[in-house]
Amino acid sequence: MTGPAIELHNVDKFFGDFQALKGITFSVDESERVVICGPSGSGKSTLIRCINKLEAHDGGTITVSGIRLDDDLRNLDAIRRDAGMVFQHFNLFPHLTVLENCALPQILSRGTKRDAAESTAADYLDRVRILDQANKYPGQISGGQKQRAAIARALCMEPKIMLFDEPTSALDPEMIQEVLDVMTELAKAGMTMIVVTHEMGFARMVADRVVYMEQGSIVEIATPKQFFEKPKDSRTRRFLSSIELAFTQSDRLSARTATGVTD
Amino acid sequence: MSEQTATYGFMEPQSPPKTARKPFFKLLFGDLLSATLSAVTVLLLLALIPAFNWAVLDAHWTVRSPSDCQSGGACWAFIGAKARLILFGLYPPSEQWRAVLVILLIVGMILVSLSPKLWNARLLAVWGVAVGAMLILMGGGVAGLPPVPTSKWGGLPVTLMLAVLSLGLAFPLAVLLALGRRGRLPIPRAVSIFTIELVRGLPLVGLLFVAAILLPLLLPPGWTIDKLGRTLAALTIFAAAYLAEVIRGGLQGLDEGQIEAAEALGIPYWKMIWHIVLPQAIQNVIPPLTNTAIVMVKNTSLVLIVGVFDMLSAARSATTDPAWPAPSTEAYLFVASIYFVICFGIAIYSRYLERGVAARTHG
Repeated sequence: MTGPAIELHNVDKFFGDFQALKGITFSVDESERVVICGPSGSGKSTLIRCINKLEAHDGGTITVSGIRLDDDLRNLDAIRRDAGMVFQHFNLFPHLTVLENCALPQILSRGTKRDAAESTAADYLDRVRILDQANKYPGQISGGQKQRAAIARALCMEPKIMLFDEPTSALDPEMIQEVLDVMTELAKAGMTMIVVTHEMGFARMVADRVVYMEQGSIVEIATPKQFFEKPKDSRTRRFLSSIELAFTQSDRLSARTATGVTD
Repeated sequence: MSEQTATYGFMEPQSPPKTARKPFFKLLFGDLLSATLSAVTVLLLLALIPAFNWAVLDAHWTVRSPSDCQSGGACWAFIGAKARLILFGLYPPSEQWRAVLVILLIVGMILVSLSPKLWNARLLAVWGVAVGAMLILMGGGVAGLPPVPTSKWGGLPVTLMLAVLSLGLAFPLAVLLALGRRGRLPIPRAVSIFTIELVRGLPLVGLLFVAAILLPLLLPPGWTIDKLGRTLAALTIFAAAYLAEVIRGGLQGLDEGQIEAAEALGIPYWKMIWHIVLPQAIQNVIPPLTNTAIVMVKNTSLVLIVGVFDMLSAARSATTDPAWPAPSTEAYLFVASIYFVICFGIAIYSRYLERGVAARTHG
């Protein structure tokens, strides 16, 4: 591997007059796990969505696996082949069974034969422990199962990078852990990951680096230890104490371990 | 799902009513509402007695000569005598087995296409072959079949072919119009809006006149398109405009996240439209699609005003036989019952499709 897996240089993004991203520069190495956090409206989802051009950036450069993201559709195809994405609202295809959700994209994007696609799908569904749900439709399974199916669907494309856009935000509390467990296993297997999340416990345990964003800019990039124990910027400290307040009312173990450190 | 069954299981013992069954008389006349309903029902039944007498008791089922039908009741014998004319129009009697085969072919193809599980490219190809076979069977001129010009085609095969072909050809056109209208490209968008609004703004009768009578005058000499073909084209474009708006409604109801997921997975645009977008858009709008399909089946009867011999025109011409005394009620009832069977069949089928969708989306 030459150079980082993902490299952003001076990236700007506008929605009309509103500037959602302001000169974002950072890079992610191969097999690195980066967690992006920040208050809502800070641009963290926009940032991750620019990496596979679900949103087109307006300035600066984005390079994924050495491929420059520009107007060339072949480059875009190559980048989307390398980068899998998991969405807040799962975005499973409701008219297809869980197995078909995982098999059909392989067939349509890569021309994989159906048999091979279904066996790959079954392998990954087994890895996220929902092979028993393979023949159900998304409307028939729980939120946690849906998100694990969505992760399996992305993995079926054999990406080098996984982008997670608030993967647990739409889940009932009791289902969050099963999804985080799958993501932790994926991290241990050496997947390059960018995760936008509010799960500070996950950030602490899994991330190599934590990126804190506010109002379209990166405020601080640090290791989890630095980030939670000695945040440099006053804005980071304010954010951490605000989520601590929110979480002290919650009895979730992961929340306590995450915020207890900042006391 | 298990939660639901558990709830139902819990409810079950409570569901039988504890009150004893009401006596029959009390059920019918126990309070003002039921008494009124019962009285109205009885009156309606009484009013139907003459109709029943006419249609069944006094009816003539078989007669030796048409004049036997003079007295009272319905003359169903007329239908028996004229069935071939109503069902096949002016199609040469010695060749009518071909028209029967076409009807069986259409009905058979519809039956094998009912299950959504079988909807794939192969079925589409089979339909292509079947339509080709229908046209050859009806038209002849090959394989020793005597040729029958389209001006001699008539009756039920024409009604069924116009309905199936106009809807079948309109559907892909409607999808393109709907996508064009929703899309960002200015020219397809303008063309779609113009076509949809122009066609929707014209009455079907006017469109049929343009296609059947005006178009041949406008085309340069030597250019001839068969009248039945022109009529089919008019019905198709009319159906397409309405279907396009129904499908557009389905597209608007689609979650943007579906397209984002497909894009992130690298699925190419047209494959995404075919496999991800359209199936969902269409299953969202089954009721209005059914509505349009039923309306279009009945709209095929309007072709009689441009001289195409569909089932209704054939029935009308059957009633003009002076040998039979005033048989138009029977003829129209007969034709109406065939239309009803077709349209009610479509309605039942759409409910079957909707149940399938509901089972998938709600467990």
